[in-house]
Amino acid sequence: METARYILSRFGQSAFALLCIITITFFLARLAPGGPFLDDKAVPEHLIEQMNRNYGFDKPLVVQYGYYLGRLLTGDLGPSLGNKGFTVNEVIAEGFPVSFMLGICGLIIALLIGVPVGVFAAAKRNTAVDYTLMTIAMLGICLPTFVIAPLLGEIFALKLGWFDVAMWEDSSAWFLAALTLGLYYSAYIARLTRGSMLDVLSQDFIRTAHAKGVAPLKVLFKHAFRGGITPVVAYLGPALAGLIGGSFVVETVFGLPGLGQHFIKAATNRDYWLINGTVTVFAVLILLMNFLVDVIQAWLDPRTKTK
Amino acid sequence: MIYPHRDRTRGGYFSDLTLLSLCLVIGFSTVGCDRETKVDIATREKILLLGNGGEPKALDPHLVSAVGDANILRATFEGLVTFHPEDDTKNEPGVAERWEPNEDFSEWRFFLRNDARWSNGDPVTAHDFVYSYNRILHPEFAAPYSSMLYFLKNAEKFNKGEVADFEDVGVKAVSDFELVCTLESPTPFFPDVVKHTTWLPVHGPTLEKFGTMTSTFTDWQKPGNHVGNGAFRLTDWRINAYIKVRKNPHYWDTANVKLNGINFYPIDNTFTEEKAFRGDLLHYTYIVPSNLVPRYMAKKDPNLRIETYAGSYFYRCNIMQAPTDNVDFRRALAYSINQEKIVKFVTQGGQIPAYGFTPPSDAGYHPPDVIHYNPDKAREHLKKAGYKSGADVPEFTIIFNTLDSHKSVAVAIQDMWKKELGIDKVKIENQEWKVYQQTVLDMKYDIARAGWIGDYVDPTTFLGIWRTGDSNNNTGWGSPDYDRLLRESSLLSGTDERYAKLAEAESILLDELPVLPIYWYTRVYLIHADVKNWKPLLLDNHPYKHIDLQRHTDLQRDEEGTE
Repeated sequence: METARYILSRFGQSAFALLCIITITFFLARLAPGGPFLDDKAVPEHLIEQMNRNYGFDKPLVVQYGYYLGRLLTGDLGPSLGNKGFTVNEVIAEGFPVSFMLGICGLIIALLIGVPVGVFAAAKRNTAVDYTLMTIAMLGICLPTFVIAPLLGEIFALKLGWFDVAMWEDSSAWFLAALTLGLYYSAYIARLTRGSMLDVLSQDFIRTAHAKGVAPLKVLFKHAFRGGITPVVAYLGPALAGLIGGSFVVETVFGLPGLGQHFIKAATNRDYWLINGTVTVFAVLILLMNFLVDVIQAWLDPRTKTK
Repeated sequence: MIYPHRDRTRGGYFSDLTLLSLCLVIGFSTVGCDRETKVDIATREKILLLGNGGEPKALDPHLVSAVGDANILRATFEGLVTFHPEDDTKNEPGVAERWEPNEDFSEWRFFLRNDARWSNGDPVTAHDFVYSYNRILHPEFAAPYSSMLYFLKNAEKFNKGEVADFEDVGVKAVSDFELVCTLESPTPFFPDVVKHTTWLPVHGPTLEKFGTMTSTFTDWQKPGNHVGNGAFRLTDWRINAYIKVRKNPHYWDTANVKLNGINFYPIDNTFTEEKAFRGDLLHYTYIVPSNLVPRYMAKKDPNLRIETYAGSYFYRCNIMQAPTDNVDFRRALAYSINQEKIVKFVTQGGQIPAYGFTPPSDAGYHPPDVIHYNPDKAREHLKKAGYKSGADVPEFTIIFNTLDSHKSVAVAIQDMWKKELGIDKVKIENQEWKVYQQTVLDMKYDIARAGWIGDYVDPTTFLGIWRTGDSNNNTGWGSPDYDRLLRESSLLSGTDERYAKLAEAESILLDELPVLPIYWYTRVYLIHADVKNWKPLLLDNHPYKHIDLQRHTDLQRDEEGTE
């Protein structure tokens, strides 16, 4: 009962946050100078006015906002102003799977690298191995993706010829993109794993296990690992959202048609409906991930609810 | 939702997962062997792989104005007159077999070939052109670049809603295959004008299958629905990934089309595009990042091409406010810009120092030779402007849209004004593209970076924008004499006399300097040796039907080396 009430209240919070995000985005996009119909070559005033009429931009902003919310409820995100002939729904339906796949693959790579490195470093704590691994991880966190991505492309695609350096169709460039994202997040995960493993390893039941003469490896994996990995699990939700939303750089560097590119281009093109659409999708994604993580944590650890 | 253009069998992402594992295995085992690259395969299949800058705004000829968009439209549509493969000052017959003006060039008759077909097999008639011009000029449709058709009598009035009946606009289909255009004033270069994308025809029945003539948001331009009349037809379109066109069997000259198709890749990031070329994924890049050009030049890369291009890079001055309202001050600024230095050390792409505003053209127009770096003259003008020294000049700002190359030029010029004139209160400020456009439009700037690319080969495409109140003027400058000379030039039918009049007008512009000319553009790109018949063109409008792909063997390369 208590759990149900907690879940309901968290859901209510998320829904309210979403409404705020949608509202703020709508008005912020309109406040930005310039407009969707400005072009390289000047467009005569009378045509801009007509275009505004065609798209309903001549009505008061609040009225437009009302229409927009109404449309949103029916799932219609409106037409894209920068990709004429496409609706925002179509643009997102094409772009989202690309970003989603990059995010999932990136996350898998991050876990495959980050968790073992973290566990290993924790087991060898305060040794040269530990310091070396953590220094590399720190470097990984500091090196931005726009440095790693071109570097991977230059080495693995152009020098070694193992992958294609760009593009989507019939191209393996997406793997380098996923690898870039994975490497970046693996550094976080390694440090997170190491920290929480150290926490667990210093607890009494581990000392008891050692005292009983349990093999060190068994202590590490059987006794400590389950507790040590929990914070990483909690981090997965936001990490996945961040991976999917933050793939703009790798999508640009490898020329991939994901949602990240639309997210940025929509803003620079003043493609109002696409700005709102992409922000809404990312907001839903992040809120959903956080909501799920909270629910799972509440279920795993009843103390969370009262916090 | 249905995505008719999504090629699920080939473009799917999950199939790529399995492909990847295969690639890894094959990749490792074949390192060192001579693999057939993507470009090799495409050459064999005669599919041209083109990098094309950004994603097009639309594939509807009446909704776009960008160069990259026009590159695609040139494949899928054909106008009355079309581009010559080797010389942009010449015209090739398109849908019209021939054309003739009346005595004073104010009325043009186009005789259409009777074998021109739309990609669905329908004949292309003069009525299609009338329909198309009605559409682009229709006030409700609000085509952004409809002013290109203001050459037609009453077109501007119809576009502004002042004339209600399209019957009154100067375009008539005399028969299915004869079109008459009546113009506002004599226009000897009218065939050059109708090559522009805005003059391309659209297929009425297709438009009206998916909407009305004037609706902008319909599905007609999507693959499967799209009907064009070019040498190629649209087969695939995925945003930010590719646009594919294949040979159109209904095209009247399809026997002479050498390629089987073209894939356009919209790659915004110029570094990514350059890498894609090095990685054998492209036959051609839209551009080369300017800081990579010196490296390509140093190793004398045979793929690098640098060609003159009908474009002008300049700074606008705001005439309505101090200090740029003073003509001597503007002269001081103009003469202290060392253009040679800028093209040699900053832009580095073989650009030409602009001694006038209009780029010189093969067609015979040369702008007055006025603007040259001359610091003494500049200092004289600064004195005349009432400043004892540069230190007295009040603070002013150069704005530019956010791009490193614009910034480098601005920094160089800031430095030159400081060194030559002693002006130490010049600020530079970058603005995001749309903000910059709005600022220029609202004239809330002192000095603003600008560029202008010609729409057709005639100086009027450059000089027309400086008429008083022109929507592209945005400097506040206007000169009755200038306007008069331009008007007088449009009544002349002899090219030499017309050019002389226009040069006279341009010398007024270069004397009063509402704009500071900096350099004339070049096209800098990479092209694969397999691409044949890709000739340098002033406007860079390549008619694809003449382009061919043939394997450029090592043997050929050696032969060229020994020549």
